[in-house]
Amino acid sequence: MNIEMVDGPGGVVVLRPAGRLNMVAAPAVREAVNSIVDSGRSRIAVDLSGVDFIDSSGLGALISGLKSTRQAGGDLRIAGANDQVKLVLSLTNLERVLTPYDTVENAYGDA
Amino acid sequence: MRVMPGGDVDDSMIDGLPQPVDQAGSERGATARFIAVRILVILTLLTGTIYIVWRWGFSLNFDAWWIAIPLVMAETYALIDVFFFGFTLWRARSRPAPTTPPAGLTVDVFITTYNEDVELVRETAKAATRIRYPHRTYVLDDGDRAEMRAMADELGIGYITRGPGWQNRPLHAKAGNLNNALLQTDGEFLLILDADQNPRPQILDRTLGYFSKRTVALVQTPQEFVNVPDHDPLGSQAPLFYGPIQQGKDGWNAAFFCGSNAILRREALMQLGISRYVVELEQAVSAALAGATRVLRQARRRPEAKDPRVAAALDEIRIAVLEARRAVREHSESLGTVTYRLQQTITRVSEELVGADMALIAQDLEAIGELHTESGPDFDVLTDVGANVDALTARELSPLGALSSVQKLLRSIDVDRDDEAQPLMPLATISVTEDMATSMRLHGMGWGSVYHHETLADGLAPEDLGTMMKQRLRWAQGTIQVMLRENPLAQRGLSVPQRILYFATMWSYLSGFAALAFFAAPIIFLVGGVLPVSSTAFEFFLRFLPYLIISQLLFLVASRGLSTWRGQQYSLALFPIWIRSVTSAVANVWFGKPLGFVVTDKSGPSGRAPLRLVWPQIVVAVLLVIATIVGIVRLALGVGEPIGTAINLGWVVFDLIILSVLVHAVRYRGYGADSESDERVTA
Repeated sequence: MNIEMVDGPGGVVVLRPAGRLNMVAAPAVREAVNSIVDSGRSRIAVDLSGVDFIDSSGLGALISGLKSTRQAGGDLRIAGANDQVKLVLSLTNLERVLTPYDTVENAYGDA
Repeated sequence: MRVMPGGDVDDSMIDGLPQPVDQAGSERGATARFIAVRILVILTLLTGTIYIVWRWGFSLNFDAWWIAIPLVMAETYALIDVFFFGFTLWRARSRPAPTTPPAGLTVDVFITTYNEDVELVRETAKAATRIRYPHRTYVLDDGDRAEMRAMADELGIGYITRGPGWQNRPLHAKAGNLNNALLQTDGEFLLILDADQNPRPQILDRTLGYFSKRTVALVQTPQEFVNVPDHDPLGSQAPLFYGPIQQGKDGWNAAFFCGSNAILRREALMQLGISRYVVELEQAVSAALAGATRVLRQARRRPEAKDPRVAAALDEIRIAVLEARRAVREHSESLGTVTYRLQQTITRVSEELVGADMALIAQDLEAIGELHTESGPDFDVLTDVGANVDALTARELSPLGALSSVQKLLRSIDVDRDDEAQPLMPLATISVTEDMATSMRLHGMGWGSVYHHETLADGLAPEDLGTMMKQRLRWAQGTIQVMLRENPLAQRGLSVPQRILYFATMWSYLSGFAALAFFAAPIIFLVGGVLPVSSTAFEFFLRFLPYLIISQLLFLVASRGLSTWRGQQYSLALFPIWIRSVTSAVANVWFGKPLGFVVTDKSGPSGRAPLRLVWPQIVVAVLLVIATIVGIVRLALGVGEPIGTAINLGWVVFDLIILSVLVHAVRYRGYGADSESDERVTA
C-alpha cells in the first residue's frame, strides 16, 4: 500500500493511505506511524478519504497507532471516513474510542 | 485440546486410518443410528426422570440425611449430565463432504511451542511444509531459543517470538503467543497446530472450503494420537468427544475450538479483538475515573490541602474527572477524546505545581512504582486498576502525590492499554484454556463454527500418569475459569442451545463431587448399616434398572459401538483432579490466587513417584476393601441386612473396577516400552 505522508497544520503529521486498508496493508500503516513517532513527532491525523475499504486488521493498525502516539504523549485521530469505513467503525463499536472527524482540519480543531 | 471427563473412550476398535467424512454406503446405517439415538435419548430422559423423582419424593431416608441428600444430589447431577449428553446428540450428524477451496486464499500455519524438543518441533514443521495448499509456516516459540530459530531458518520457515513490548507485562501463555503472532502476519486464514500435532498434507484442502460461507470463523478437526497402545491406559484418545459430541455441538452451531488442528478466519479474530478492546477499555476507563475521584476526595481532606494552591489544583482536576465521567457515562464523546483532554488537564495542573513540591512528588512516584511491581501480572485489567486504587488510597500519599498518582493511574489504563503488551488480544486471555473462551466469544458475536470429522493430523499424547494428570487438571481449570468469568448461560449473544452446550462441557467437569458421594455411600452402609435409600430392593430396581440399561445403551449406540468404558472410569477415578480444578479456579477467579498452572510436558516421564499422585484414590480403595470386610463380618454376625449388603457389595466391586484403571496407568511405562515394536511418529 502506498501511504502519503504530509505536514498538516499545527505540527500534525497527516497520513493518507489509499485503496484497501486490510490485513495486507495494515503492517505498512503501523510502520508509518512508528517511523513518525521514532522521528520525535506524535500528533498524527489519518486521512481516510482515499480508503474505500477497511477490515478489522486495518482498524487494528489504527489502534496500534493510537497506542504508540499516546505513549509518546501525542494522539492519533481519523478523518474523512467514507460510509463503509464508518459502518465498520460503528459495527465494531470502535467509534466509542476513535471519533471520526469530517476533515483533517477539524480533527485537531481543539489544539 | 480438551476432552470431557466422560469423553475419553477405549480406542481399541479404531484402526487408525482416517475415516472419510461421509461414505455413501454407510449413509443408511448412519440414518438408522441417528433415529435410534433420538429414541434412546427420549427413553433415557423418561426413565431417568421417573427414577430421580421417585428418589427425591418417595425414597429419601431422612434419618440419614447427611448421606441421603449428598447421594441423591450426585444422582441428580449425573442425570443432568445425561440430559446434556442427549441434547448434544440430538443433532449429531456427519456433514456432507467439504467443497474444494478456491485457489489464492492466503494461509499462515502457526506451530506453537514453549518447551518442546527442537527435534519434535522440527518433525511437525517439516510436515507443515508438506501441506499441499499454498501457505506460509511459522514456529511460534515462547521459549525464545536460538536452536529453534536455527531450525526454522534451516527449513526456510518463519520464526516468531515475543518482542520487548512483552517484558514486564502479562504473557498470557499460549493465547499471548498466538496474539503476538497474529499482529506480525497477514494470512487470511490461520491453521493452529500444537508442537506435537503432525499435519497431513491434505489438511487445508479438506477444510478451507467451509470458509466459502462468510459467517464461518472456525473449522475444528479431531485430535488423535499415534503413540497410544490399543488398551489406552491413560485414556488419551477421545473418539466420543471428537465424534458424536463435537458433531452434536456442530449440529447446533456450537462446535468449539480445541486449541490445535483448527483453522481460524483472521477477520473474525481481529473483529473479536477490536470489540473486546472497546468493551474492556470502557470498563477500565470508567473504573479508573471512579478510582481517581476517590483518591482525589481523600487527598482533599488531608491537612496539606489547606494550602490554597494545592486545593485549587485538586478541585480543578476533580471537576475535570467528573466531567470525564459524565461524558463516558452519557456516551457524549469518544473515550479517545475524553481521556486525551483529561490527561492534558492533569499534565498542565501538575506541571504548574511541580516546582511547589518536587521532593514529595518524587517520593510518591517511587511509592507508585513499587505498587506497580507489587501488583504483578494478572489476567484482568480491572482487578489491577482496583488494586492500584486501593493501594494508593491506603498509602499515606501527600496531596501533590495524590495528584500525580491520579495521573499515573489514568496513564496506566489509557486507550493505549499500557498494562498489556498489545492493545488487541483476539484470543481470550481470561482462561488458561484460551480456545474454548475464544470460540464462545466468536459465537457470541454471531460467527459460526464447523466440526470436520476427519483425522488430518497425528498427535503425540502424554506417556505417563503425572503428565496426563497435569494436562487434565489444566483443561479442567481453564474450563471452570471460563464458567466463572463468562458463564455461557448469561452470554446475551449466544443462542439458547449454544448456551446449554457450552455449559454442558463445564458441567461435566463438576463430576468430582458426585464421585465422592458414589464412593462414600456403600462404605457408610457396609460399616455403619446406614442406608441412604428407604425402599425395598424390588421398588429400587424397578426404577433404577430401566434407567441404567437404557442410558448405557444410549452410550453404546451413540459411540458407534466403541466402548465408553475407559472414559467412564476416568470421569470418576480422577475425582481429586476435578475437585482441585474447581477449588483452584474459584480461588483464582474470586480471590486472585494463582492457579499453580503447569505447561503440559508431553515428551517424557515427569520423574515423580506415581503412587503419590494417586494417594486419594488409594485411600478410597483401602476404605472400600475395609468396608467390604466389615460388611461381610456384620452379615455373618447377623447384624447386617442381607439384601442391602449384597447390593452395596456389588456397588463396592463396581467402584473398585472403576479405580482399577489407575493400576494400569501407574504401571504404564510409555508407548512401546513393554511391547515388541516402538513405532513412534513418522511423518
